[in-house]
Amino acid sequence: MSRARRLGLTLVAPLIAVVAAALVTSLVLLGVGESVGEFWAVVLSVPSSRLMVTIVNNASVLYLSGLAAAIGFRMNLFNIGVEGQYRIATFAGAYFAGLALLPGPLNTVVAIAVAMVVGAGWAGIAAVLRVTRGVSEVISTIMLNAIAGGLVAFLLRELGEQQGQIRRTTTIPESSWVPGIPLIPGEGSLVYGLVLLALLAGIGYAVVLNRTRFGFDLRATGESETAAVASGVNVKRMTLAALLLSGAVAGLIGMPDLFGDSHAYGSTIQVGLGFTGIAVALVGRNHPAGIALGALIFAFLSVQSNALGITAGISPEIVAVTQGVVVLSVVIAYEVVRRYQLRIEQTEVARALARAPAVSEVHQ
Amino acid sequence: MSTVAGASAPGAAGAPQPAGDAEHRSIRRSKLSVWLLLGLLTLASARVLSGADDIASPGTLRAALTLAIPIALAGLGGLWSERAGVVNIGLEGMMILGTLGAGYYTFHFGVWAGLLGAMAFGAIGGLLHATATVVFGVDHIVSGVAINIIAAGAAAFLAEVFFSGLPGGGPTQSPALPNAPRFDVPGLSTAAADLAARDWFLLSDAASAVAAVTTGMSVFTLLALAAFVGTYWVLWHTPFGLRLRSCGESPTSAETLGVNVYRYKMIAVTASGALAGFAGCYLAVVASSGYANGQTNGRGYIGLAAMIFGNWRPGGLLTGSLLFGYTDAARLRSGGESVHALLLVVAAGLLVFALWQLRRARVAHAVAFAVAGGVVLFWFLSTETIPSDFTQMTPFVATLLVLALFSQRLRMPAADGQRYRRGEAG
Amino acid sequence: MSTTTATAAVRLSGIAKRFPGVIANHDVDVTIAPGTVHALVGENGAGKSTLMKILYGVQKPDDGTVEVGGERVSFASPADAIARGIGMVFQHFQLADNLTVLENVVLGAEKRHGIKQQARAEIERLSSAYGFGLDPDELVESLGVGQRQRVEILKVLYRGARVIILDEPTAVLVPQEVDALFANLRELKREGHTLVFISHKLDEVLAVADEITVLRQGTTVATVEPSSVTAHDLAELMVGAELPSPSTAESTVTDEVVLDVAGLRVDDAAGRSLLHGVSLRIHAGEVLGIAGVEGNGQTELVEAVIGMRSAAAGSVSLGGDDVTGWNTRRRRAAGIGYIPEDRHRHGLLLGAPLWENRVLGHQTRPPSARGVWINRAGAVDDAQRIVDTYDVRTPGVDTNAGALSGGNQQKFIVGREMSGDPVLLVAAHPTRGVDVGAQAAIWDQIRAARRQGLAVLLVSADLDELIGLSDTIRVVLRGRLTDEFDPQTVTPQELGSAMTGAGAQQQAQS
Repeated sequence: MSRARRLGLTLVAPLIAVVAAALVTSLVLLGVGESVGEFWAVVLSVPSSRLMVTIVNNASVLYLSGLAAAIGFRMNLFNIGVEGQYRIATFAGAYFAGLALLPGPLNTVVAIAVAMVVGAGWAGIAAVLRVTRGVSEVISTIMLNAIAGGLVAFLLRELGEQQGQIRRTTTIPESSWVPGIPLIPGEGSLVYGLVLLALLAGIGYAVVLNRTRFGFDLRATGESETAAVASGVNVKRMTLAALLLSGAVAGLIGMPDLFGDSHAYGSTIQVGLGFTGIAVALVGRNHPAGIALGALIFAFLSVQSNALGITAGISPEIVAVTQGVVVLSVVIAYEVVRRYQLRIEQTEVARALARAPAVSEVHQ
Repeated sequence: MSTVAGASAPGAAGAPQPAGDAEHRSIRRSKLSVWLLLGLLTLASARVLSGADDIASPGTLRAALTLAIPIALAGLGGLWSERAGVVNIGLEGMMILGTLGAGYYTFHFGVWAGLLGAMAFGAIGGLLHATATVVFGVDHIVSGVAINIIAAGAAAFLAEVFFSGLPGGGPTQSPALPNAPRFDVPGLSTAAADLAARDWFLLSDAASAVAAVTTGMSVFTLLALAAFVGTYWVLWHTPFGLRLRSCGESPTSAETLGVNVYRYKMIAVTASGALAGFAGCYLAVVASSGYANGQTNGRGYIGLAAMIFGNWRPGGLLTGSLLFGYTDAARLRSGGESVHALLLVVAAGLLVFALWQLRRARVAHAVAFAVAGGVVLFWFLSTETIPSDFTQMTPFVATLLVLALFSQRLRMPAADGQRYRRGEAG
Repeated sequence: MSTTTATAAVRLSGIAKRFPGVIANHDVDVTIAPGTVHALVGENGAGKSTLMKILYGVQKPDDGTVEVGGERVSFASPADAIARGIGMVFQHFQLADNLTVLENVVLGAEKRHGIKQQARAEIERLSSAYGFGLDPDELVESLGVGQRQRVEILKVLYRGARVIILDEPTAVLVPQEVDALFANLRELKREGHTLVFISHKLDEVLAVADEITVLRQGTTVATVEPSSVTAHDLAELMVGAELPSPSTAESTVTDEVVLDVAGLRVDDAAGRSLLHGVSLRIHAGEVLGIAGVEGNGQTELVEAVIGMRSAAAGSVSLGGDDVTGWNTRRRRAAGIGYIPEDRHRHGLLLGAPLWENRVLGHQTRPPSARGVWINRAGAVDDAQRIVDTYDVRTPGVDTNAGALSGGNQQKFIVGREMSGDPVLLVAAHPTRGVDVGAQAAIWDQIRAARRQGLAVLLVSADLDELIGLSDTIRVVLRGRLTDEFDPQTVTPQELGSAMTGAGAQQQAQS
């Protein structure tokens, strides 16, 4: 199959999904008697440059979250626990940076490393349970999410300080902040400096997965664990490595905001980023560029929907339905396209066998 | 007709001769009662040793039952689905839909309409999951995650549409809902409560359990228990159940015998959603006084864990649900103190497990468990209570512990979670 | 073809079935007389199984008609075929391990005798009438291969089938079990059943069939009487030439020990022994064949040699190095090639292109790797070399492995495992399910490598293959290596006795 055709088929799926999601959303709105026109007018309006910045910021954070989930997915490991890993890691990073044990940028770098290690460690619990006790990572990471929530609340109470209405960690010294990037000329609000982290992580993901032996082993295990074992892959070690890596990347999710804007971990931290990351990874089919596209779509929808309540009198929660339907329809569409591709390929194989007769065994 | 004597089953030579099915079942049943008795004994001992009287009071046990039922019903939903070979992580979302349906229909049309509405909402979620996994062959976990996202979003959106502006309602919660009818079992209820108050070791604890079940029982609780009995009967004693289970064990075999595997899977997963919807209804109407956003709080997942703990059997699932419901109740009733007392139970459990590992000559395992047990014991002895943040984690930690200890002894349906396509048999 | 007297039990006319890129059947005409054993022969991939799946309602034909008892029928599912009195025993048993014999049998036919006592009584009646010796309440997972096949036949009889299709029923049986099966078939025929017997083993077909239809490249080429043909004639009809024979030339065995397994014990997770006290040596240029009924430890032996299972006791040495503690990767890098018994599960990444499959098992070695990096160009070039050298029919190395036919997949695996100069080849059922062309090619490759000093551990259920290729044959029974045979002198019957333990009992008595 030609590359162009393959790419075209790959892009058909998300397109179908977006159309389906738009349709379902419109129907839901019609069903409850809201104005469909107004909804789309608000959501599809051109965002102001301030909102553009917000979209880029949110998308980069979602991108990291999507990458974290995708690392597991490529190995058929369902790390549903990105949420918990990200929260506990962000707390650890914020607390460490707030202690100001190290000067300026060094403090930043080490704090990020601390967050990655803590995220990896939290994911490591699930990894160890799976490798030694055979506990499905799906269930264990879900449980660990809930436990992380309680643990962080406890730690915040013990180690945080009261600032007005909320409890938060000690504010990071200004010398360790990461300055923003003026993405749009003349716009006052800046893109997080650590958006670059997302870029780096994306490149790293692409290179490691597609070009290295480690990445090959990881993908092979995801494709067929039995074949990977027979080829000499130590699946237990790979499971451990993949989940630790996934957790480490999850540890990065909170960093752009921590060092670019909030400068402390407070009880107002955004929840649900980890779950959205799973959705983004699914939409992007675990492909580095696809995840980026998914992250942009999700960030765009969320940011644009904020105006819905004021402008159109519609609850912004409706976009959660849109996002959910995008995910479900995209995975269905990918599956249908995958099967169609296989048929085409088998036909091509038969056609190419000029020397052989048209009769052969069937393998599906 | 001849057979060659020497040609029989060399592969099975080492395997023990399995007992008959009937014998299996009776063993399983007696196992369940042993577990219950053991649990009661542990509880009674912990109560006396730690002095945390509330951990075995009728109030706590009643709360435990009330909190166990939603988990059990969600797990029962999981059982239907997974026995037919479809992993259903979307239970949480279907349960959320159930709470919403219960809130809307109970408020407008009363308790029974609320139950039906909740089950219908849950069933819609189930049908969606069934369509994605069975018809389109999407990975079961992926579909489940997507359903959870949709359900949470839809509930949040529709709650605002349904309940905003109603008296006592708001964008995130319904008005207070009427409760399902309650009843006492005459005679038994008061007698047991009397005995429970006597503070006699084990006897009072047992009476306490009886009182918990016989006093102020909701009709919905009765219905839920009936759903368990019904499920057991349908799945293990009817042709329908045999066909459904065969889809989870070997769908291609079923197909070659003329069973319409797609249809049974669709029915099973839809029923699974309806049961999860029932679970949501119970949560909103019986266990609390109305719908609220985020009310399920992971109980669908815990139901799934309880089902795994129960080895994909109704009896085991019920035991697991009671365990999780109990830990949840203990933290709710007197929070830190009760959960603190449970630390003693956990420590004892870990130490017993360590001894067991030692007997099986697994020294490294034994040491690990002994150390863990020692740490928990030290924690128990050195503190008086547990911070509320930790008590909230109790059911989740309990789930993890239980899975870590037992997951290798479990056997799930052979084709559970696998993709099945028609026409590939043979 | 004589269909003059009685109405045909089954008549298939002009059947065609296409899959994406493949014509599995076209212009198939078969007429099966009632009360006969009708054999359907053809090589792997000739379309026998597809045809029978059409007759049994698993697949729908794209063209042509099916008549049963003179009536034209159209089956939407096996349920329709069963209602017409057709039953099928599949080559890959269709049984649920975790259900009992009773549950497996009554599934889908619950209306006949319920699912309780009445059904149990009926199963016991059938089981004793045919001498099956099956306990209705036993779990299927605890049954051996022969017993499982009897459960399959019981399923068919329970439904009152008059036409019974048996797809390669002898493939997994030892000769003695085959005799028992044939006795069962004759008994069924006497009772008036019509049997359709699918096989590619010509001597068996000639022994049991009343009429033989030959399929070749998806279509029927002839229907013959067994009395009027020889195995040689049938082979001509099947493949247009003589069937390839696996026989080897003069011995190339050297003194150099390549693989030395001593006192090997392998346990399962529960601590039960799967292999005990296994000792064997393979020299450079030697093929050691392992014969055994499936499930007696040959899979475990292979996995222990390749490093996928750890040894509980004993040692494995490769070319003088003790490799007992080495993992699979290290052993492979030290020169072990591995042709797994299930190529789809263990040999290939079906959803990945061929060049990535070239890397599989060679992740650490050139030309597919360079340091920690995967060498794409090297892997692509070498995959192309394998495709050319081993005659793998594919449009290119970018094609997904899953799109190729079984024979071509297997040729690719053999080519890959021969890369990187292995000293030991572990080959489990290397020609299972491949067409004769690929089979002959694979045998040639193994013979050639043996001449160049390769040591080969060969596990096969095909006794002709074992006898033809091996320099020595060892028998594995209940996790132990029992007998040793010289392939020059041994007969399949002798091997069969040893494989079931009958031989050992005779020796013990004498």
